[in-house]
Formats: sequence, C-alpha cells, structure tokens
Amino acid sequence: MNGRPGQDTVAAAAATPQRPQPYAELGLTAAEYDRIRRVLGRRPTDPELAIYAGMWSEHCSYKSSKVHLRQFAEKAPKSAALLAGIGQQAGVVDIGQGYAVTFKIESHNHPSYVEPHQGAATGVGGIVRDILAMGARPVAVMDALRFGPADAADTRRVLPGVVGGISFYGNCLGLPNIGGELAFDPCYAGNPLVNALCVGVMRRGDLKGAAATGPGNQVVLFGARTGPDGIGGASVLASASFGNQNGAGGGESAKRPSVQVGDPFMEKLLVECCLELYAGGLVTAIQDLGAAGISCATTELAAAGTGGMRVKLDAVPVRDATLGPAAILASESQERMMAVVEPRHLAGFQAVCQKWGVQATAIGEVTDTGRLQMTWHGELIVDMPPGSAADDGPVYRRPAARPADQDALAAADPGRLARPNDGPGLRAALLDLLAWPDLADKTWVTEQYDCYVRGNTVLAMPEDAGLLRIDEQTGLGVALATDGNGRYCLLDPYAGTQLALAEAYRNVAATGAVPLAVTNCLNFGSPEDPAVMWQFEQATAGLADACAALGVPVTGGNVSFYNQTGGVAIHPTPVVGVLGVHHDVRRRLSIAFGTDGASLVLLGRTALELGGSAWARAAHGHLGGRPPRVDLEAERALAAVLIAAAADGLLTAAHDLSDGGLAVALAESCLRGGLGCQVTLPGDPFAYLFSESAARAVVAVRPGAEAVFAALVAEYGVPAEALGRVGGGSLAVDGCFKISLDELAAVHVGPLPALFD
Amino acid sequence: MRARVGVITFPGSLDDVDAARAVTRAGGDPVPIWHDQRDLQGVDAMILPGGFSYGDYLRCGAIARFAPVMSALVPAARAGLPVLGICNGFQILCEAHLLPGALTRNAGLRFVRRDVRLRIENTRTPWTRGYAAGQEIVVPLKSGEGAYVAGPGTLAEIEAAGQVIARYAGIIPNGSAAGVAGICDESGSIVGLMPHPEHAVDELTGPSRDGLGFFESVVSVLAGI
Repeated sequence: MNGRPGQDTVAAAAATPQRPQPYAELGLTAAEYDRIRRVLGRRPTDPELAIYAGMWSEHCSYKSSKVHLRQFAEKAPKSAALLAGIGQQAGVVDIGQGYAVTFKIESHNHPSYVEPHQGAATGVGGIVRDILAMGARPVAVMDALRFGPADAADTRRVLPGVVGGISFYGNCLGLPNIGGELAFDPCYAGNPLVNALCVGVMRRGDLKGAAATGPGNQVVLFGARTGPDGIGGASVLASASFGNQNGAGGGESAKRPSVQVGDPFMEKLLVECCLELYAGGLVTAIQDLGAAGISCATTELAAAGTGGMRVKLDAVPVRDATLGPAAILASESQERMMAVVEPRHLAGFQAVCQKWGVQATAIGEVTDTGRLQMTWHGELIVDMPPGSAADDGPVYRRPAARPADQDALAAADPGRLARPNDGPGLRAALLDLLAWPDLADKTWVTEQYDCYVRGNTVLAMPEDAGLLRIDEQTGLGVALATDGNGRYCLLDPYAGTQLALAEAYRNVAATGAVPLAVTNCLNFGSPEDPAVMWQFEQATAGLADACAALGVPVTGGNVSFYNQTGGVAIHPTPVVGVLGVHHDVRRRLSIAFGTDGASLVLLGRTALELGGSAWARAAHGHLGGRPPRVDLEAERALAAVLIAAAADGLLTAAHDLSDGGLAVALAESCLRGGLGCQVTLPGDPFAYLFSESAARAVVAVRPGAEAVFAALVAEYGVPAEALGRVGGGSLAVDGCFKISLDELAAVHVGPLPALFD
Repeated sequence: MRARVGVITFPGSLDDVDAARAVTRAGGDPVPIWHDQRDLQGVDAMILPGGFSYGDYLRCGAIARFAPVMSALVPAARAGLPVLGICNGFQILCEAHLLPGALTRNAGLRFVRRDVRLRIENTRTPWTRGYAAGQEIVVPLKSGEGAYVAGPGTLAEIEAAGQVIARYAGIIPNGSAAGVAGICDESGSIVGLMPHPEHAVDELTGPSRDGLGFFESVVSVLAGI
C-alpha cells in the first residue's frame, strides 16, 4: 500500500527542510527544536517531532530535576537489599525468604484537576503497570492527596471525583488500598495533588528488564487499542502551569482530551495475562505504556537494548481509524504494554493473551542498526537514534534563589500566638483540632476503598502504616507509609523533607517493621521560578542526606513540577514513601488502645515546637517560624526500640506523634481501640499536648512487661516518660479535662460527611 | 472424605483467592474452575466469588450469566449442588434466575466498604448450618450495588418461606429491602450473600473469624458429619 497523501515522511523532511513546524505548541523551545535538527541532520518529520516532544517533556525527561536527583544515588547508603534502583521503572528490594518487593509512587496531579474521576483513576492504573512491568504481582495501592480548603466549592467537585476515581479503578482491579494521606490547604485549590503508590511482590529471580535485545525478536503491543485519549498528556498537561483563571470551567476544559480514560477491567486482565506470560518464560523484555505512550516504550526499549528497532506503525490496533502516526505515537491510551518476544515464543504468547481476552499484535522487531525506524503503510516516517530521545534529552541547571519572603516567614514565630492555659481552653483546643478537616476522621474517604481483597491486609488506614502479609506460613510481611507536610516544607524545605522521611520511617517502625527503602513524589511549582527551584534543591538535598543518615536508600520516584496556577505555586510538597520488612506480621502493633490497664509511655523528647503545626494553622490560621527540629539519630533509636519491643511482644499499641501532637494521637488511639485512657502530663500541658516535636511515639506497654521495656528503652537511650494507663470510657488528662469517647467520636467523625455528603 | 469445593474465576473475579483460602481453612479442597469450561470437574459445591466479572459494565452479573460455565452450573444447581454466590456472585445468581430479585445501586450512590453486623436468619441451608439461629456475626461488606430489591409479592414470599438467610442488624448500609443481606432459593442449597464471609476467616486479616461458618458448614455437610 502506498503512503497517504499529505503524510510527512523522512523523504519529505529531507526535501522540505524549511517547512515551519509547531514545536512550541508541543511544548518544545526553539533551542530544543534546533537540537533535534542537529541530531537528525534535517528537520524532524511530524511523527519524530511528536516523539521528541513527549520524551523531552519535563515529565518524561526530568530535564530540570536530573542534576538534583543524582545525589539520591551518589549519597545512597550501602544496602544489600537493593536489587534494582533508580532508573528502573521501580526500585526492587530483597526482603528475604526468596521474596523481592517493588514499589513506587507517582503523581497524576494535573489530570486530576481537569477531570478528577478519570485523572485519579488512571493515576492508579499507571503506577500499577509500572510495578507489573518489573515482573511483580501488584498487591496493594495507597494514595496521598491534597486539596484546596475543605469547604471551598471547587473542592466539592474535585475531592469526591478523585476519591471516586481511585475507588472505581482500584476496587475493580482487585487491589487493596491500605493507606495514604489527605490534607487541605488553600495553596492546593487550583492544583490538587494526587499521588498514587503501588507495591508488588515477586520471587527474587523473577525481576524483568526493559531492554529490547536480540535482533529478530518481535516487538508486541498488547492490551487496549490505541485511541485519541491522553494525547499530549506528558507534554501539554503535566509539563506546564495552569493558566491564570479561577475554577475549572475556563481554559482547562480545553485540556480534557489530554486526560486518559481508564478501564480497570482491561487492566485486571492485563495483570493476570502478564503474570502468566512471565511464568511461562515467554517474555524477553517488558515495558508499560504510560506517559508519551508508544514513543516512550519504543525509544526506551530500543535504547536500553541492542539499539535498533523497526516498527510498522500502521499495524497498531486503533479505536479510531482516523488517527495518524503522530497521534498514535503521542496517545496515552491506558492499559497497554509492550513486550519483546523471541519468535519461537510468539505462538505461546498469543495463546496466553487469547486466554485472557487480551489483544496482542506484533508491530515490529529488534534490529542492530542503532536506529529506531518506523513505517506507515510502507513509507519511512521515523528514522532516529532512540537514545537521543530516551537518554540524551536536554538537561538544565535552572537558576535558584532563596525566596525573598523566606526570612520573614521564619521570623513569624508562633511562640507569640495566644495559647490556652486552662483545662476548658485545652479541651476546646483538642476538640477543634479533631474536627479540623486535616485531622478529622477520614472514613468518608476510606470506606470507598476495598482494603480486604486478596486477604493479606494486616493493617490499613487509619493505622500509622499499611501492613501486608507476604507469606502465610512464615508471617513475613511489608509495611508502607507515605508522609509529607507542605507547611513544614514551606518554612524550611530541607528540614521539612527530612521530617517527611522521618515520619514515614517512624510510622513503618511503629508497626514493628524494619524500614528498608524509600520512594518519593516531589510535588513543586514551576522550575522556571528560581524560588521554586531553590525549594527543590533544598528538598532533594535534605532527603538525600537524611536517607544516608537513616540508612535507607531512595529506590525511585517521580517529580511533578508546574503545580501552580498563574504566579502562585503550591507549598513544596515532597511526599515520601518508606517500605519496611516485617518479620512476623502476627506481632504487628496497631495504634488501637485495646488492653485495659496497659501503661502508657511517651517516647522521645518534647519541646515547645509550634512552627508549621496543626494547632497554629487551625487555631490561628498561622504559618510561620521554624519547623520542628530534625534529629535523625533520635529517629533511629526510637525505631530500634519500637521494632525490638514489637518482636518481643512488649507492647499492645504504638502510635507515632505528628500533626496535632500527643493530644491528637491519644484521641485517635482511644477511638481506634474503643478504650479510654487516664494521663498525667509530665510538664507544661500545652506543650505536651500540642507541640509537634519529632522522633516521638506513644506506646501502651503490655501489663507485666514494664520492667523489660524500661530496660530496652534505656539500652537505646530513648527518653521515656510515664503518662498513665489505658482504660475507662474517656480521654482524661489530670488537672486539664476529661472527654468521653462518644464526644470525641462525634466531633472527629462528623466533619467530612457534613462537607461532602 | 474431604469436600471438593469449586471456585469459579470469571474475567474480573477478584475474591477467588480469598474464597479458595476460606475453603482450605474450613478443611475443604478448593478447585479452581475457569469461566469458559463446561466441565464442573465433579465438585461437591460451588462458589461464585466477588469481583467485577467482565467489568460489570452493562449491569452487575449480566454478562457473566452467559459464561460457558453457567450452562453447566445452572442445571447442576437446580439439581441440588450447593452453590454460594458472594457479592458479584450473588448478582450473577440473580441474573441467572437461580435466586429471586436483584441487586441495585446503594442508597448513598457510593461504594461502601464497612464491617457490618449480620443476623443469621436461616440455619437450614448447607452454607449456614453451623450457625445458631439469630446469631450475630461481623463480616465486611464492600459493594457499590448491594441494595437488594424484589417485587412486593416476591419479598413477601421469600420472607414467608424463610428464604432470607441473613439480615443487616442495626443500620442498613445500602438501602437493601427489609435489610436483606443474603437469601436462598426454595431448596435452600443455593445461597447469595452480599457481604464477604471469606474476608472474615482470620482475625489477623479480617474483622473476625465469623465468616468461616459458611465454609465449615458446607464442608461438614458434604463430609456427612
């Protein structure tokens, strides 16, 4: 068949070198366009331009972040557990007994604002395919969410849509949702954050690669057909700020075709199909199709492998026969994978796909030419070195400058704020915090998620961390927590990011699991703003340094820039995920106070630290001063105590202290277990109740184990203060207040349904 | 004799692994049954697990009822094979007309995952024999279309015949008619249940062990105990 009239080809590009091309509309700069011309020695064809626009987008190329992300590898602590690290689709960690675990968190922020339901749904779908492409069975998801003010009209559009999308996709896919975060702040009003995490499990030797090796091997596209959805998702949507307009009605609806549409049923089939293909040894290499679709999969597979690939682009099954080659290359249609298959396995591969009702089409083969060549009805339309798109994109060291208002922010000391100093005032302050949307009960959200499917969920929200059983016989498991505090990071992005890591690390240890590895999703404003770039520099340095200090390497992650509307950026919001191994999930610790008479002990040192605190924000609308002091040695010691105490069965509950301090932690543990407690504070009541000093946890000691636990705490040098006992039907603080569990529950549970029902 | 209990996997079935695990915990042998086979492999009982068969895009269970395996299962069930449909499985049994009524959208229009208290109303079925009449159990519910409906005549008939096998105790979480959580056919051997007993077989991973009774009941009936 002959080429179609008007179709741009390599020959036509050579013949019409000066033809104007829409590179700017595709998100490329003039310098980047010139660079493409130099690489090719001619102007790119339209399909080639589509490939470069996708692959050199901020979202795919990390061109503004790369120079800073390098330190995650350079400063990484030695870890024997790491089987695959940064640069892979997801990091892989050896957890022993022959099991390996892979996990990663990724943003879907921009699509979730434009079309909340599908944006969030496909965020889940995308991260699940990343995990699947490593050779693992996906076993759970989590999500970290940020929205504008809880009572804002647009939040009532965005939040239910996002939660519904995660619920729809994750539940239908059959993956338990085991935790995450939800917070509100005006800075996220035009830029909500939807970060989805997935964790997968495989046998140690089953790690899959994404390198198209072996000339003659077939390139197979399988899963859903390619449609006109999500075109330009990486370049147009994820790599640019929203315009300066209010609400979503305006210009952003024009970006709706850039949002993908998800089919979780197809994804479920794809998961089972891939796992059966892996088990049959039918796959040489595998890659998921996410951002930049076929452009990304072909260039990356080819660049990582023998080096060349020939593709018949007109063989790609399409949902819309009018799609041209550039659109096919740029489409981000969901639920697609690309495999490299030896010719002798092709029939077996097709048989497995047929069993699962998955369409599979051989669209090309691996070559040793060093070129990625694509044809469209016989005519050559792409002829390029694949590495030039996949690996050798532009790299920028963007200018960075400390924001002009950073000193003023630090000087706005919350110590001057009026504080309650009597019982009724402290009581009211606690009830107000428990009703504050950030800290209110999240059941309205989490009861839309299935946490039970697959039957291995040991802990899920509202626990400190999610905990999954991996091996039914031995009790081996993994714990996961994500944390991030935009207020702390605004005040000090270096310390704030370390506090996010410290909190996730502490949350994992609070279940009794040993923290092993870190993933991160770095949500920031525009990298073209020097103030944002300074925040990014500080945050990445803080994380890399803290990972080194805590001995947990970063195994992968994701950067989301351009989270800003007009000139206003979100608070820098790195979300940090920590994975830990639990050697016996039967010995897990819950936050629930469930044992009458257990003595309560506060671990860690409490100082009056209110900068960025929930109390300052909720009670006074204040955000200023310094975030709590970072003490990573203290975090290590605290974690060691929690892990050892869990393994030895010394505790009946443990809860990390973070937003809202001890007061909120005690209330949460009482409500979770249905038992009250009686507490005597060791010092200034306000500081003990509401300060957010880091490296702290409250534990309930098993009756009879008090002496052994005290010796353990002393051995690790962790400060410990006796607080009181679990029991009764109220949270009672001597000399301050007494609140019945019924009153706590009513105040805590009511706000979200009142806002969103 | 150890009971062989089939667990059907349709494309989109999700709780098949959980159902199989529950059968094992109850002392039976789970037998995986693939949706496109017409051979029931001589199983002694069959479970249709939860999930979203075929994506449930048309109507829950509406496509699964036409799966090849159903052409063998329907006559076997009518001939007395004990069958338990959980959640999506319940929806499929209704679509296949093995059970009366239908499951519709939750009253709140949202997916609800919640640990619910059920009252066991009929202990004569092979799936509920191990419970005491009126016993209350706690098991998870997780569905978007779990509101049971039936015509007024049908509802009165199944009530009169004792075909309501379990009811929500306390608040009805989804608007189900008469608080119906599960029903059986006239013979009692075919049971549909909206909540998930297979997620309540171990206190480590569920809210209770209360759900194990469904599986232990059928295993003991089949063993002739």
